[in-house]
Amino acid sequence: MAKIISKINSRSPEFIENARAMQEQVCDLKEKLAEIKLGGGERSRERHLSRGKLLPRDRVNALLDSGSPFLELSQLAAYKVYDDNVPSAGIITGIGRVGGQECIIVANDATVKGGTYYPLTVKKHIRAQTIAQENNLPCIYLVDSGGANLPNQDEVFPDREHFGRIFFNQANMSAQAIPQIAVVMGSCTAGGAYVPAMADESIIVKEQGTIFLAGPPLVKAATGEVVSAEDLGGADVHCRTSGVADHYAQNDHHALKIAKTAIKNLNRTKPVEMNIQPIVEPVYDSEEIYGIIPKDSRQPFDIREIIARVVDGSEFDEFKALYGTTLVCGFSRIFGYPVGIVANNGILFGESAQKGAHFIELCAQRKIPLVFLQNITGFMVGQQYEAGGIAKHGAKMVTAVATAQVPKFTILIGGSFGAGNYGMCGRAYDPRFLFMWPNARISVMGGEQAAGVLAQVKRDQKEKRGEAWSAQEETDFKQPIIDDYEHQGHPYYASARLWDDGIIDPADTRQVLGLAISASLNKPIEETKFGIFRM
Amino acid sequence: MSQSPNNLPTRSDKMFTKILIANRGEIACRVIKTARKMGILTVAVYSDADSNSLHVNMADEAIYLGPSPSRESYLVAEKVIEAAKRTGAQAIHPGYGFLSENADFCRMCEQENIKFIGPPVAAIEAMGSKSAAKNIMEKAQVPLVPGYHGEDQTEAVIKKAADEMGYPVLLKATAGGGGKGMRQVWSEAEFSEGFAAAKREAKSSFGDDTMLVEKYLTQPRHVEIQVFCDNHNNAVYLFERDCSVQRRHQKVIEEAPAFGMSETLRQKMGESAIKSAQAIGYQGAGTVEFLLDVDGSFYFMEMNTRLQVEHPVTELITGQDLVEWQLRVAAGEVLPKTQQELAINGHAFEARIYAEDANNDFLPATGKLNFLQPPVESDHVRVDTGVRQGDDVSVFYDPMIAKLIVWDENREKALQRLTKALAEYRISGVTTNIDFLYNLATCPAFINEDIDTGFIEKHQSDIFHNNEQTLADELPIAALYLVLSLAERAKANAADTSDPYSPWNSTNAWRLNEAHIHQLTLAHNDIEYPVTVEQKRHGSDSYYLITVSNKTLDCQGRISGDTLYVSIDGYRSHATIARNDNEISLYRQNGAFNFTYIEPECGNDETTNNLGGLLAPMNGTMVSVLVKTGDKVTKDQPLMIMEAMKMEHTIKAPEDGTIDALYYAQGDMVDGGCELLAFTAQEKS
Repeated sequence: MAKIISKINSRSPEFIENARAMQEQVCDLKEKLAEIKLGGGERSRERHLSRGKLLPRDRVNALLDSGSPFLELSQLAAYKVYDDNVPSAGIITGIGRVGGQECIIVANDATVKGGTYYPLTVKKHIRAQTIAQENNLPCIYLVDSGGANLPNQDEVFPDREHFGRIFFNQANMSAQAIPQIAVVMGSCTAGGAYVPAMADESIIVKEQGTIFLAGPPLVKAATGEVVSAEDLGGADVHCRTSGVADHYAQNDHHALKIAKTAIKNLNRTKPVEMNIQPIVEPVYDSEEIYGIIPKDSRQPFDIREIIARVVDGSEFDEFKALYGTTLVCGFSRIFGYPVGIVANNGILFGESAQKGAHFIELCAQRKIPLVFLQNITGFMVGQQYEAGGIAKHGAKMVTAVATAQVPKFTILIGGSFGAGNYGMCGRAYDPRFLFMWPNARISVMGGEQAAGVLAQVKRDQKEKRGEAWSAQEETDFKQPIIDDYEHQGHPYYASARLWDDGIIDPADTRQVLGLAISASLNKPIEETKFGIFRM
Repeated sequence: MSQSPNNLPTRSDKMFTKILIANRGEIACRVIKTARKMGILTVAVYSDADSNSLHVNMADEAIYLGPSPSRESYLVAEKVIEAAKRTGAQAIHPGYGFLSENADFCRMCEQENIKFIGPPVAAIEAMGSKSAAKNIMEKAQVPLVPGYHGEDQTEAVIKKAADEMGYPVLLKATAGGGGKGMRQVWSEAEFSEGFAAAKREAKSSFGDDTMLVEKYLTQPRHVEIQVFCDNHNNAVYLFERDCSVQRRHQKVIEEAPAFGMSETLRQKMGESAIKSAQAIGYQGAGTVEFLLDVDGSFYFMEMNTRLQVEHPVTELITGQDLVEWQLRVAAGEVLPKTQQELAINGHAFEARIYAEDANNDFLPATGKLNFLQPPVESDHVRVDTGVRQGDDVSVFYDPMIAKLIVWDENREKALQRLTKALAEYRISGVTTNIDFLYNLATCPAFINEDIDTGFIEKHQSDIFHNNEQTLADELPIAALYLVLSLAERAKANAADTSDPYSPWNSTNAWRLNEAHIHQLTLAHNDIEYPVTVEQKRHGSDSYYLITVSNKTLDCQGRISGDTLYVSIDGYRSHATIARNDNEISLYRQNGAFNFTYIEPECGNDETTNNLGGLLAPMNGTMVSVLVKTGDKVTKDQPLMIMEAMKMEHTIKAPEDGTIDALYYAQGDMVDGGCELLAFTAQEKS
């Protein structure tokens, strides 16, 4: 394979300045996450521990195989969305190795609002299930939740993608032989009771876990019966009498050990049917990415410098290197797995879109996973390009991306604007995973452009009415629009709403992609049937 | 006086063509080796437990004796004689222990015209009774420790003698040896209990509970002289062995020659030993044990009329094969060497590898030797053993697994050989004393020859590393080893899968946007230490920040075989590591360190509430039951006495309470971990 020769000078003032700017953004992210990872307040954590329960992150750690990586998802979910502080939307999701298998883990955090489901809690839970379903990963639910968050019931309960979908997914995954294991480590009330009840195997911790459709207060209100939570739906009831739970655990550690045993008994193998090779670390240090990404997002940089710091041995066999040069396509390996890389290196022209469509066809036919490195302001505009059929060329690429059945992985490394987002496998195009860098921005178009368009419309209206509009008035009009776009296009805003699966440190890109690609291979790659390409 | 034989030793026509070895384990194997070298056929004997033992497989022929307990097999003289007659063996080598110092057996051999490879009956009888031996020695003007060796065995008489010579005193079975039937008594008040226990042990071990009492020297060394006599009036001494390092009067590490011996003292002791042997008309191999006081005066303790366990150290410094000498002398040949022809060459150590728990009062251990890898034998390293991988260390016999013997040109170098070989000894499945031996051998006092028979008690904290400070490097090293070996194992496992390079195979504890941390809990001497290992970078340039009690060290390491090469804050060193599941032993220059990796408490699957019962600490026999059902007992009151490996262990009441039921009676065999009795603790008011 051809090795990328880096032309970066890591001692140049620009590089140092860029690196400093990125470092700041990464630090800011990690600082915010350090706070978020504590979960609920100190008092609720203490109360949780005093009951002999493990904190949710410790539960995840104890469940994982010794030293297993954990690819956590949507860490920033619900960040600054609600009036309440709901760290990580009160639920921890991610992929980790349990009993030698890559599994989806969904763990309620009872220290956050009693583990109740806010709208984004539901969305995050369902997103984790979607990842499980798309990638054929067993699910382990560590349940400790009071159920739906009652004040928010209108956005939690009734719709297609609301609470009920969780159980719909459990049933359908179970039907697809994707194992569903529930560990009841706390409350499991009302709808929540269906998590263990619908699981393939369920475990309950004595004197901690309870499962019931209605808790003691509701029972009393409904029938006048006075009963304790333990007698109503504790481990003894469900393991000895009702049969709702299968395994009786002495404590959290014991329960997690039983869950691990359950996974070991699944008799599953990972069908990796592709040409894999031993791992070769990139030649260049991944942290140099910090200095390559310009501090000013309008400055161009060579995407190959990024590829060189992500792929095995910095080796990249480029496809159509001389044609449609604003899109860089080529073959590489990440952790020994073959990948096709589609990366922006400027605005999309007709040629680059056609090249992209062609390359995606190659990867789909060869069953090579696709990695999109997205940094796109959009497709080229203007009379010449419309006449040249930019819309149909763009459509070809969008068709190819939409219908390709190979696993797709998208990293937003810069801008993600307009139809460029579609062609480069944005969220709507079902990449198996989508992550953002802290410097990335996402919106229908750039803030400046949007403000410019709206200002132009406004000016036209004013001119029609013969009104004057000073330059100052125009600037005052545009600024709030620009600010809004900046705010809503920021990765924190995006990640809080689950438009992605998380924000990652650019230096971790290779690691994250490696874990994600490997996890996706639990599902055999299907044949692709493309739609009609407009010629 | 040593006497020169008139002619050089030659192969005698009288040399046996077939001998029977009335023993088992390493000594049986040891004798077979020499016999084979000399072209002599060998017959082994065996019990049920030994039907597939090494000595049986090594011998040319083997005869079954009986059930596993030695009193029904190896100790039944008639069966052994019968085996010799049946196989046509002309001589019997008794090894050590069992029938080796049994005069009746020796006499039976004589009657059956089978040569007993050992001294004449009269010599065994003279030395078999310690009191008689002392009288003889007194007459022969061999110096003796003050003591009472009288025939009047009433407790009052013996106690009076003890009171007169002043405490501490030592009670010994006159028929005894090997520390059995022996008790230190430190004050008048302890006398009765010690006397009873010593008698009981003596009775069960030797069938004879005659006791003697001696003044107990507080800082003596145990130095013994190897002597050899033939029946042509020749006698030589093969110099001395220092066996001062003992626990419960059992030798642990022996060495030859003894350090700090002047040529004059050596000669004086050697000649005294020969005088002792000649006083009883000795023939064959014998050992005269002396107590050597700090001022250079020495006292006769006893004479062992057999080959000693520790004879190999003498072999290594003299270049002689003592079993060969025994066979030649028994066949009527003259001694192979004269005193003038014998010289000391270099220094040798022997360490006795035992199945026992040094951290739990040397409680004997049993089990299957799942993995057994001794150090490689060479000119410097010798391993005498009677077991192979897969064999059981049973409850029936002495739990010695092997003797590790090393040689080099001086003490310092030989000691280095010893520590290296100990660190290379790999045994799993059974708890062993290897770490303990290593700690002993690396203890500064041992290196500096500051040794007497109280050595182990005196240097307990050094030997058991009771001092937490010493763990500043060892804990991080153990943690690093765990993390590195986890990675190695994962890599090896992954190699066999369809996805060998997956980043999910790695054990780097990778986390998104946070530190990659392994939390471990390691225990040392039952104290738990939380250790945090933060993995920095991945792949070949990874390093680790290891934090123990708020101190963080920058560590790097690499495992190669059983050696961990480690750099701690830039200080590079290495450690040999043995791992047995969650037990990790670290062998470093300053000692062996044992850590237990503590897994999270998972509770019990079944409710096993044993608070109300007492469990047998080991396999063994119930010697006596001191309480009855319904008895009210007080904390620490002795309830039962169990015996295993001929050592007694008292089961005491954990607190005040009542005995509800007794599940074993005197004489019953007990499996370790079985409930011995039901006990209800008194409600605390």
